[in-house]
Amino acid sequence: MDSILFIQLLNGLQLGILLFLLSAGLTLTFGIMDFVNLAHGSFYMLGAFFCASLTLATGSFWLGALLALPLTAIAGFVVEKLVIQHLYRRDHLEHVLATFGLILCIDTLTHLYWGPEGIAVPLPAVLNGQIELFEGVVFPTFRLLIIGTGCIVALGLYLLVNHTRVGMLIRAGASNRTMVSALGIDIKALFSAVFALGATLAGVAGMLIAPITEASIGMGNDIIITTFVVIIIGGIGSMKGAFLAALLIGMIDTIGRSFLDDFFKVLMSSEAAETAAPAVSAMLIYILMAIVLAVRPQGLFPPSSR
Amino acid sequence: MKKLITALSAASMLTAPALFAADEVKIGFVTTLTTGAASIGKDQENAVNLALEHIGASMGGKPVKLIMADDGFKPELGKQATDKLVKQDDVDFVAGYIWSHVLLASRKSVLDAGKFLISANAGPSPVAGKLCHENFFSTSWQNDQTPMAMGETLNQQGVKSLYVMAPNYAAGKDMVAGVERTFKGEIVGKDLTKWGKDAQLDFSAELAKAKASGAEGIFVFYPGKAGPAFIKQYEQAGLQDSLPLYTVFTVDSLSLPKLQAGGMKGVLGSQMTQFWSPDLDIPANKKFVDDFRAKHGSYPSFYAAQAYDAIQLIKSAVDAVDGDLSDMDGMRAAMEKADFPSVRGEFSYGNNHMPIQNFYSRTVVEDADGNWTTTIDATVFENHQDVYAGECSL
Repeated sequence: MDSILFIQLLNGLQLGILLFLLSAGLTLTFGIMDFVNLAHGSFYMLGAFFCASLTLATGSFWLGALLALPLTAIAGFVVEKLVIQHLYRRDHLEHVLATFGLILCIDTLTHLYWGPEGIAVPLPAVLNGQIELFEGVVFPTFRLLIIGTGCIVALGLYLLVNHTRVGMLIRAGASNRTMVSALGIDIKALFSAVFALGATLAGVAGMLIAPITEASIGMGNDIIITTFVVIIIGGIGSMKGAFLAALLIGMIDTIGRSFLDDFFKVLMSSEAAETAAPAVSAMLIYILMAIVLAVRPQGLFPPSSR
Repeated sequence: MKKLITALSAASMLTAPALFAADEVKIGFVTTLTTGAASIGKDQENAVNLALEHIGASMGGKPVKLIMADDGFKPELGKQATDKLVKQDDVDFVAGYIWSHVLLASRKSVLDAGKFLISANAGPSPVAGKLCHENFFSTSWQNDQTPMAMGETLNQQGVKSLYVMAPNYAAGKDMVAGVERTFKGEIVGKDLTKWGKDAQLDFSAELAKAKASGAEGIFVFYPGKAGPAFIKQYEQAGLQDSLPLYTVFTVDSLSLPKLQAGGMKGVLGSQMTQFWSPDLDIPANKKFVDDFRAKHGSYPSFYAAQAYDAIQLIKSAVDAVDGDLSDMDGMRAAMEKADFPSVRGEFSYGNNHMPIQNFYSRTVVEDADGNWTTTIDATVFENHQDVYAGECSL
């Protein structure tokens, strides 16, 4: 039982890391630019498709992922220049409408270019196996790679946000946008860069999930709701909040799926538990969000001032 | 006189479209043409078009007009598409329906309008039992039947304990109920995972539980894109040696090429049950499979086979009444005979208009050209009828 608990904690960590990569970009655009981007999940999908195509073309997952990174960044940059830039001064409802339209456009373009099937991404043999961490704990290698990559990205973001000039501007933008532009900072360029960075992070998440599930149309729309839950719980605009909330949600979701049915079986008949457990475990993160919104509407770790 | 001619010609222009409409057989086909499940809909569309090609796009001496409609993988959109086919397009037959929940949401619109409804995949238990209807026919199966055959296969192979996984919706529950009905060993664990718009595709926690359960086999039902996702993670978790894989509607001609491209050898040798297989040695099936492969370069899926049969079933009805589409009783009586060249071979209809047919066990193998496909090992059930037929009042 102890080893399975440990494995499930690792699974939860891995899910949390993926959610963090997605929510980091979303919390940046939402917190700094005050821009609601429903189409954030589309970059997750594009990252997955770029990586899948390039992996099949080059025959190497490493090369595929490496080349997909700048492509996703360029896609983010282009979308920002073409569409997003013109929307900053509009209100949230118009953001939602426009980015919903973007989702439909990007999904359809993906459908036209790659077809409806979706693409499976082959992994090199070294990543496709398992590692015995210690006695009785065997874990898929690729999932460890996800955890490792996520931790490196989180560390990089921490350094970028807290110890560089760009990071200082990002933090300043999150706290008081008007003041930043009043100080003569080129807010336009900053916004473009931040948007492209967020898109790239989402793309990385897509590249990491594609070998586990596959690159498929609409994959971003499936996960965007959970991503919003993460940034609401963490506090909009807060990188630290996004990181901790993503891990929290990853853990809650995984532990719920793992142990809730056993727990319910103690309380009720096993038939009722079988029906109730999946329903309740799917609800857990929303229950958590409702509690956070009721008790601490600004989120658990909001940016210092807004 | 001139005025009269003008009036007459105007009148004839008005009535012309209506006359023309009665001179064709209109078939609406509802399937999934967008979202990640669109590849299933595309396969069905290809099969429907191949069937129309084989019959010269004519039934009972009338041309056939096919209208494809998209359900977007959602019950509410499926119902909207169905309503449009019934009310606006005034079709004679509505066929298709991959998903049980979409069929359940849409069936009333078709049946209340007095049209025929042909399911080319979904077979939820209500439509076979309490909600059976004289104008509903299936060219597939009732959901429980295929997993029941799998339970029997497991018994024959001496599997004593089983871990069960399926999505949490109408068909998923039917599949689990089906395998539980015939499997004599112990079910040591069960997971019903989130399904629908934001379906769960990452099964890390469930696979860890399955491994720890010490079961002798794992039974799963994951249609569409969830199937390859599950199999990849099953392989990445290194379970193929310790936990043999048994599936229904998970590994098919749509997922196998993708799994092969991804090098997922873990699926080779896995077993499943089905009413049909591409290698079933029947003239109608050989023609269907060979022509489909020549045209599209891949094996047809079971979804395609059922869609092909749906068109053939409709043709048998329209032929029997010589194209008189108002003769509902005549067409119903013709369809009840199941008198058409089905790709599954001879079968009959039960009182609830569900097929009474054979079920086979199949294994995933590499064919002579190096493509991954399935071959039949044995006949598990002969002329099997679903268990809900008794609840149907027909």
